Amino acid sequence: MMKWRDRTRPQPQRAKSSPGRRRGTGPSARRRMVLVVGVLGLISLGLVARAFDLQVVRKQFYQKQGDARFLREVPIPVSRGTIFDRNGEPLAVSTPVTSIWANPAELLANSDRIPALAKALGGDPQQIEQYLEQRSDREFVYLRRQMPPEAAQAVLDLDIPGVNGQREFKRFYPSGEVTAHILGVTNIDDHGQEGLELAYDDWLAGKPGSKRVIRDGKGHVVAELEQVRAPKPGQNLTLSIDRGIQFLAYHELKNTLDKYSAASGSMVVMDVHTGEILAMASLPTYNPNALAGSKPVQRRNRAATDVVEPGSTMKAFTLAAALSSGKYTPTSPAIETGNGHWFFYGHDIHDDDPNGTLTPTGVLTRSSNVGAAKIAMTLDTSLMYDTYRAFGFGNSTGSGFPGESSGLLRVGRDWRPLEKAIMAYGYGLNVTPLQLANAYATIADGGVMHTPTFIKGDDSPGRQIISPQVAHELVSMLETVTGPNSTGANARIANYSVAGKTGTSHQAIAGGYSKDTYNSLFAGIVPASNPQLVAVVVVNGTTKGGYFGGTVSAPVFSAVMGGAVRLLDIPPDNIGRWYVGGPLQGNGGLVGSQTPPPQPSANDVPVHEAPVDEAPAEGNAP
Amino acid sequence: MIEMLHVRMKRLLRRVLTRPRIDLPLAAGLLLLAVAGLCTLYSAAAGDGGTTSGQVVGQAMRFVLGFVLMLLISRIPPSVLRNWTPWLYAGSTLLLVVVSVLGEGRGADRWLNLGVMRFQPSELAKLTMPMMVAWYLHPRQLPPRWKDIAMVGVLIAVPAYLIGKQPDLGTALLVAAAGSFALFLSGMAWWRIGLLLAAAAGMAPVAWHFMHGYQRGRILTMLNPESDPLGNGWHIIQSQIAVGSGGAFGKGWMHSSQAQLDFLPEHTTDFIFAVFSEEFGLLGVCLMMVLYAFIIGRCLWIAMEARETYSRLLAGAIGMSLFVYVFVNGGMVSGMLPVVGVPMPMVSYGGTSAVTLLVGFGMLMSIHAHRKRHD
Repeated sequence: MMKWRDRTRPQPQRAKSSPGRRRGTGPSARRRMVLVVGVLGLISLGLVARAFDLQVVRKQFYQKQGDARFLREVPIPVSRGTIFDRNGEPLAVSTPVTSIWANPAELLANSDRIPALAKALGGDPQQIEQYLEQRSDREFVYLRRQMPPEAAQAVLDLDIPGVNGQREFKRFYPSGEVTAHILGVTNIDDHGQEGLELAYDDWLAGKPGSKRVIRDGKGHVVAELEQVRAPKPGQNLTLSIDRGIQFLAYHELKNTLDKYSAASGSMVVMDVHTGEILAMASLPTYNPNALAGSKPVQRRNRAATDVVEPGSTMKAFTLAAALSSGKYTPTSPAIETGNGHWFFYGHDIHDDDPNGTLTPTGVLTRSSNVGAAKIAMTLDTSLMYDTYRAFGFGNSTGSGFPGESSGLLRVGRDWRPLEKAIMAYGYGLNVTPLQLANAYATIADGGVMHTPTFIKGDDSPGRQIISPQVAHELVSMLETVTGPNSTGANARIANYSVAGKTGTSHQAIAGGYSKDTYNSLFAGIVPASNPQLVAVVVVNGTTKGGYFGGTVSAPVFSAVMGGAVRLLDIPPDNIGRWYVGGPLQGNGGLVGSQTPPPQPSANDVPVHEAPVDEAPAEGNAP
Repeated sequence: MIEMLHVRMKRLLRRVLTRPRIDLPLAAGLLLLAVAGLCTLYSAAAGDGGTTSGQVVGQAMRFVLGFVLMLLISRIPPSVLRNWTPWLYAGSTLLLVVVSVLGEGRGADRWLNLGVMRFQPSELAKLTMPMMVAWYLHPRQLPPRWKDIAMVGVLIAVPAYLIGKQPDLGTALLVAAAGSFALFLSGMAWWRIGLLLAAAAGMAPVAWHFMHGYQRGRILTMLNPESDPLGNGWHIIQSQIAVGSGGAFGKGWMHSSQAQLDFLPEHTTDFIFAVFSEEFGLLGVCLMMVLYAFIIGRCLWIAMEARETYSRLLAGAIGMSLFVYVFVNGGMVSGMLPVVGVPMPMVSYGGTSAVTLLVGFGMLMSIHAHRKRHD
């Protein structure tokens, strides 16, 4: 320390004698100072000039740039409309969820926070980092879609730069697999993909609005300035479906499929006066709330998209043509069915049991193939074709269900005689269960056809397609089918009269018809005296316990419709006959659905070989 | 010896406390600047949430400390300061060595934690460097010859190297500049200056070779900020947007969207002048420049009036350094110069810088008060 002072203290004395000592304050130093001031002044002017350039000359550009950085238009999400059943029970609802998104560059700049983020998201940090690096040129990537709001909030609470939340809605279906096929599903962006979600997407979806907001450098919205476009929330939709009947149909069908080890099945219940579809069940089904793993075979709404040979259920329409022709009444003329075999164009059209001489009603009651074929051959082809056509076969019903099938009905003038004969009892054409239900509803409503609809109150004005007289006569004739010893006895409902027709058909396979797999059908109307409801039950491919429509499908009809008439408060029309023990179709008394009927007469057995194009002569000639 | 020291300290203390040596124009200008700085800081920190008042109060406390130190030092005669100079220089250089061994900071080892406060020794060097050069040249024959220039070169190079190694190239250059200004003001012949500058230009490629990647990146980014808009260019683009969108009259106090919305990085420290420019516009910038010009001009005036070599060189170097800070920060904020960590004097948030600055002004006041004497 002393050493420094020793060196410095003497210096002033030495310096005094130095000639350079005073030169520092001389004119040369002063000149240098002036120079410095001048140069600094010039540089300062440069700085001010730069400020002028930025703040006055290019002000507009930078203001726009600045605004572009924090003013953003963001969408205002709207929830999809709720779908209700006809009684206001929710079938499809939207629940709020939050999707987490990130700005990759910003998040990667704070990569030390990624482990915490991964923990909250429930992912692998390295995977997330890799994912972000691959997308670092984007400004928006989803990290996780549709998280529960609480879990998403936990992620957002970490306040990690570049991580943001976005409000969305997710669809939830309270009835799950029971209504899966009718409603369909939406995709992750809340757009309808199948079913009524797709058909009424525009109505349900609404229009997201947009608002102008101020966002800070981290992407967080700090203020909302104005609404640019008002959000238009999705509108609710009330279906014609009755959830109670739908549940019944689903469960009865499921039980029957289990009991007979059947491959698939479907059921349609309609209101005959309005065309409203009250229930539509298909099996196998899937859980619309957990789509992963569902197979295409589970996703089809078989009642509307799958076709089936109607078999004997078609005889009602053959008789409709017959009665309309004026050549037939319910009781005349007599039709000779002989020993139950009619060799026609080398083909053995046959009944299970010989029925001898039948009235036209008897042809339905006994379900005689020979009788139906013989009636058909006496009718004009064009009348028969027009009648089938008028009942809606070969045409989509217009229900609006996405992917609805039209079925197949060849143009009448192309029919060959054998084709016409077998079509009389339901081969050589195919129909959807929905078409069949609508056709029976037309008979039930006095020959007035309505367009089937899934929307409550959407009753289109009907079209009279056959005379009311013919329709009423047909209902009466069909009522005999559920008589105690008839093919449809299992369809009976306590206290209600039921009209209907069983049907059993060989399943169509490549190149013809299968010999040992069947479609079991029942189409019915209740109450017969004052028709309100129609239902069609189709069960495909039973493997045990029987395959007749009267055995497999008629009990389903009875169970479901027995519940439906009570749910809908439809007054009983058959109570007196049961109560007083009066005669009922010759037998009288209660024969409820629970009562096992006598062995059904098996008139309903179809032909046993492919009949359409090939018509090999069967060995047993008369 | 201890006793002698004690007596000297007592005498010094008495002198310090009894003779007011305040330079009113300088003090008024600095006070105005401090108020403007605190207001700007209040607004700039508002977007950070919660800590606003804490930052402003903290900064105000440092200003108070700085002003007190300034008043105390203004009463210490330049001759005493000159006597202390080698010790102060040695002390600050030692601290630079210490900080290079156990420093802490964001990415660069610039901070020294003293328990009660953390400070940057490199800020001290900004002051001790011109003092040391002035001290060295004070007894020599002026203008300096090669031998003295070489000696001064060593005195400048050692702390500059230590700071550059931290790494803090900007501060290293500023410290070296402060020393060089003193050398320049000593009347160094133009041809010698020309030769040195030519040599430095020749060394530039070599220096480029030794630079850190991020330092090169900053220089390249300044030349074309849009080449890397999310990385190095981010600072420059956001800062230019802030300055430019301020317009002629600004958006008004507390209305800097770039800072409030957290787009502008370092908006309380290195880029606080962008916030000021956005809020007060060209008018505010010009007024601020006038204020700085007044203070710098006053420094140079004091230098011109000083009779002694030491006082003249020190005052001139401090004034020129102050100008360089303002110019480099202003140039950086407006995108004319690369992003180097140079704070805007008295406006940027940061304790050591403000206190050191005010200590320097205390020396200036002392020099001015003692301009007639030779003690």
